[in-house]
Amino acid sequence: MSATTVIKSGDEAKGERAIGVQLPFDLALVLATLGLAICSLLTIAAATADDIAGSPDYFLIRQIIYFAVGSLLAVFLWRSDYSRLRELKVFFYGLLIASIITVTVFGSVARGSRRALDLPFFSFQASELGKVLLIVSLSAFTIDMTRRVAGRRTTVRLMALGLAPAALVMLQPDLGSALVFVAITAAILFIAGVPWQHFAAAGAVAVAAVVLALAVLPSVGVNVFHNYQKDRLTAFLHPSETSGSEGYQQNQSRIAIGSGEKTGRGASATQTKYNFLPEHHTDFIFAVVGERWGFAGAALVLSLYALIIWRALRILTMAKNLYGALLAGGIVVMLMFQIFVNVGMTVGIMPITGIPLPLMSYGGSSLIATMLAIGLLQSIYAQGRRAAMSQGRVLKFQ
Amino acid sequence: MIEPGNSPLRSIGESPLTPQLAMRVALLGGIALALFAIVFFRLWFLQVLTGDLAVREAANNRVRTVAVAAPRGAVLDRSGKTLVENRPASVMQLDPQQLPAATREAAATWGQKMTAWAATPRKQRGPRPAIPAPASAALEERYALLAAVLGISTKTINERVISQLAQIPYANVRVQVDVPTSVRNYLLERPGKFPGVSVDQVFVRRYPSGVGAAQVLGAVGQVSPEQLKADSFRGVISGAIVGQEGLERSYDRYLRGADGTKSITIDAAGRLKGQKLSREPRAGDSLRTSLDSNLQRTGEAAIGSAISRGSGTAGAFVALDPRNGRVLALGSAPTYDPSVRAKPIATKADYEKQFGAAAGAPLFNRAISGGYPTGSIFKPITALAALDRGVITPETTINDPGVLTIGTQKFYNAGRQVNGSLSLVRALQVSSDVFFYRLGRDSNPLKGQIIQTWARRLGLDRATGVDLPGEASGTIPDRRWRAEQNKREVAWERKSKKKCPPDCLYSDKRPWSVGDNIQLSVGQGDVQASPLQMAVAYSTIANGGTVVKPHIGMAIQSDTGQQLERITAPPLRRVAIDPSYQKAILEGLHQSTLGDGTSADVFSGWDQNKFPVYGKTGTAERPPRPDQSWYAAYVPSAKKPIVIVATVEDGGYGAEAAAPAVCAMLADWFNQPSRCSTGGSTTR
Repeated sequence: MSATTVIKSGDEAKGERAIGVQLPFDLALVLATLGLAICSLLTIAAATADDIAGSPDYFLIRQIIYFAVGSLLAVFLWRSDYSRLRELKVFFYGLLIASIITVTVFGSVARGSRRALDLPFFSFQASELGKVLLIVSLSAFTIDMTRRVAGRRTTVRLMALGLAPAALVMLQPDLGSALVFVAITAAILFIAGVPWQHFAAAGAVAVAAVVLALAVLPSVGVNVFHNYQKDRLTAFLHPSETSGSEGYQQNQSRIAIGSGEKTGRGASATQTKYNFLPEHHTDFIFAVVGERWGFAGAALVLSLYALIIWRALRILTMAKNLYGALLAGGIVVMLMFQIFVNVGMTVGIMPITGIPLPLMSYGGSSLIATMLAIGLLQSIYAQGRRAAMSQGRVLKFQ
Repeated sequence: MIEPGNSPLRSIGESPLTPQLAMRVALLGGIALALFAIVFFRLWFLQVLTGDLAVREAANNRVRTVAVAAPRGAVLDRSGKTLVENRPASVMQLDPQQLPAATREAAATWGQKMTAWAATPRKQRGPRPAIPAPASAALEERYALLAAVLGISTKTINERVISQLAQIPYANVRVQVDVPTSVRNYLLERPGKFPGVSVDQVFVRRYPSGVGAAQVLGAVGQVSPEQLKADSFRGVISGAIVGQEGLERSYDRYLRGADGTKSITIDAAGRLKGQKLSREPRAGDSLRTSLDSNLQRTGEAAIGSAISRGSGTAGAFVALDPRNGRVLALGSAPTYDPSVRAKPIATKADYEKQFGAAAGAPLFNRAISGGYPTGSIFKPITALAALDRGVITPETTINDPGVLTIGTQKFYNAGRQVNGSLSLVRALQVSSDVFFYRLGRDSNPLKGQIIQTWARRLGLDRATGVDLPGEASGTIPDRRWRAEQNKREVAWERKSKKKCPPDCLYSDKRPWSVGDNIQLSVGQGDVQASPLQMAVAYSTIANGGTVVKPHIGMAIQSDTGQQLERITAPPLRRVAIDPSYQKAILEGLHQSTLGDGTSADVFSGWDQNKFPVYGKTGTAERPPRPDQSWYAAYVPSAKKPIVIVATVEDGGYGAEAAAPAVCAMLADWFNQPSRCSTGGSTTR
């Protein structure tokens, strides 16, 4: 698709020409995604070479397949009109709730929680795909409901729709995903323009609920959180004092990252090699990057994430309709939240919540869900650009 | 409220970018920027500013330094005969990393409880904290398998694991030292069946001469956390074996050598990934002692036979070279075979049985740590004090009617014997109590408490400084001591809010009296001294005033026998003893082994012309127990003069138990036929 035929007003035309050929997708986003994919594969290859005797490439090959599948799905989404998804909101929402319930009931137990459904060749984590499903369906509900009546009651209903899956994954129990669902819900409502007062009220309720769950209810014998969850939430505040495994993991992660210094330890990254670093290819993969490639590597990965966030925010503003903007807003916050909480966890400034690092952590469900989100962003970009062109203008806001 | 006018929610299809949305997007962008900035700064801090710390922590993570035991040096007797040496032994260990975390936690908790328990006063203590049971059935099964192979109980294994982990949480647990080769091979060939089990070679102490001297030679043991902090154990690695008692302790610095270190690389699960000897162990140097194997053996046999024939329950002896304080023999009975303690005792009950109070507390070195009333062997000190102050002259005669009356109190001779008029020599020969009672009475009002002063000058009431740990300083009662005792008693009564019973170890709040001085003059009452202190006092009289510092170590030698360092123990001080007084006292001591002297019949078969014996019997009253038998002897000789002090608890009169033992030792020392008979003297 070529942009040269579009008539533009003076200033913008100059800017467009300077960029040159207009692509029907966001090149920076594609490059950042590819860059992270490469970083992910390199890191997984390095971290897991000794994990399974006899098949050093076990995790690497699987992650490559997940990337390929994810890319195909992303391309498919890019080529389609995301607005059509709005019509399927009830189906998506139903699928979201049903999959979470299915996994909670029938899923396999890993480290004390049911999060995944074991399929042949694949272990399906419903909450990962659920993040995208929630964005797609909740955005649609938001538009439909606010068009009719906008008000406090609508806000409450939308929040209820978003928090229902969060509550369900809490039962698995998967605190991390629940928090992501909450973040997505807040983001969509925020972009939709829900007044500040509503957020303030919701925030107050949330604080009260946390106090109730952590302090009041346990004192009367009702435990909302599992002990390990409370340990995780508090261990990061004093990791070296905690002899338990939570403080241990965080401390080992901090040591791994720190020992990478400026340029990394390369092949002598003993924290990873000798398994001091737990979950080194999944939740703590950023620590592997930090140990192996040092500040240089970690900063590169963070920069790629910053690039993705920037492009996603830009796409938000380019969306041809509010649905696109809400989708983009949900995706931006979903990515931002996961990146910050995961990286924050590995560097010891956030609690351990079991949230994977998008695009980096090993795992098909998370990777494919993130690729779907990237595909949606590209679709919003393509549609937004086409709409702008057909209206004879491009966006000033860049 | 969302109102159409300012709401960003507009109809679908319109471009959504309103100013309000732009503001919200900008806010999101701002938040993203802030979050990335936080993470970047945190990374900068971790990796660039404090990265070197983490590098060190990572190294500590995977590299553990473990000690490679250096063979300890040998202990030799005066002629170079080996008393203690090493023997390699297999030790079966358990890797704590291979034990459940619950076990390690249980051990830590138990350790804390034990520390608290040991810190509370004896009376307020509850029962000793019980050793926690194995954390899981699987672990118990592992223990049971091992127990069957090693021939010890599952309970013992659990006890060893818990108590060792409580002390040093990360060191390997020594389950069994000195495992037979067959068992060792069996274990090593089946690593799958016995997870975490490793077999290491250690050196255990071996006592080839069979001389005994168990309390003197001492024992080795794992260094304690408190010791690791002390200066004298600088350079010692946690888990190392160091000297804990006796000579092993006092000369540990030389004997222990320097343990080597081995760096082992492990993974998070504690699996070995590689090892490297980072420092070669350096063998310890040998200690040449002044002990004479034969004399030591004879002494132990003599005291032992006194006990076994029923005169006495325990005892001790010290033989010194009076010229320089070299300890020629030093023993304590009951004793034990030191090789038993070279490896851990299987159970606590076993330990109690062999080393507990019921077994006579054989670990207690009575020769240096025992504090006893000395009985009449104290009399030469009283005599010296009286002569020196002029209370008597060597010729002064005193009438001994068999009793000395002070007010209403009557002090009798032993057996109410009447000796008549006698001078100092005769008084020592027949051990007249009344003679010395009178010296005690007459010197009591004199300025400076002369008997006490002289006792202290000769080395009593303070540690002699012998090169063995755990020496007692004893007691010489005087006015000030009595006042302090009274103060302590008052304090005790105030604290415990009840009256001090007769056995509360204090006094009856009475002031110092002449009776106290009279008791002291014959080594009775509150006086307490160890055999070693008495040996020093007799050496001082024998050598004319040099207070020697007793010592056992003579030289540090390399393993090839080359002398590396001479151990010198210069005399503690000199006291002025008028030669005529010394002569008179020695004459009295010599007479006591002749004619109708108190130990004459013991030495009836002795060649007094060749080796004149200067001896003194002592019989200390320790009601309600039987009397304690003492004997102190000096035999001059140009080449090998000797002072021997022996005591037998509950041994009766001095001539009954202690004197024959000393006689036997002298016979051995001077290669004389051992014609020592049990004396019949019933004089104290």
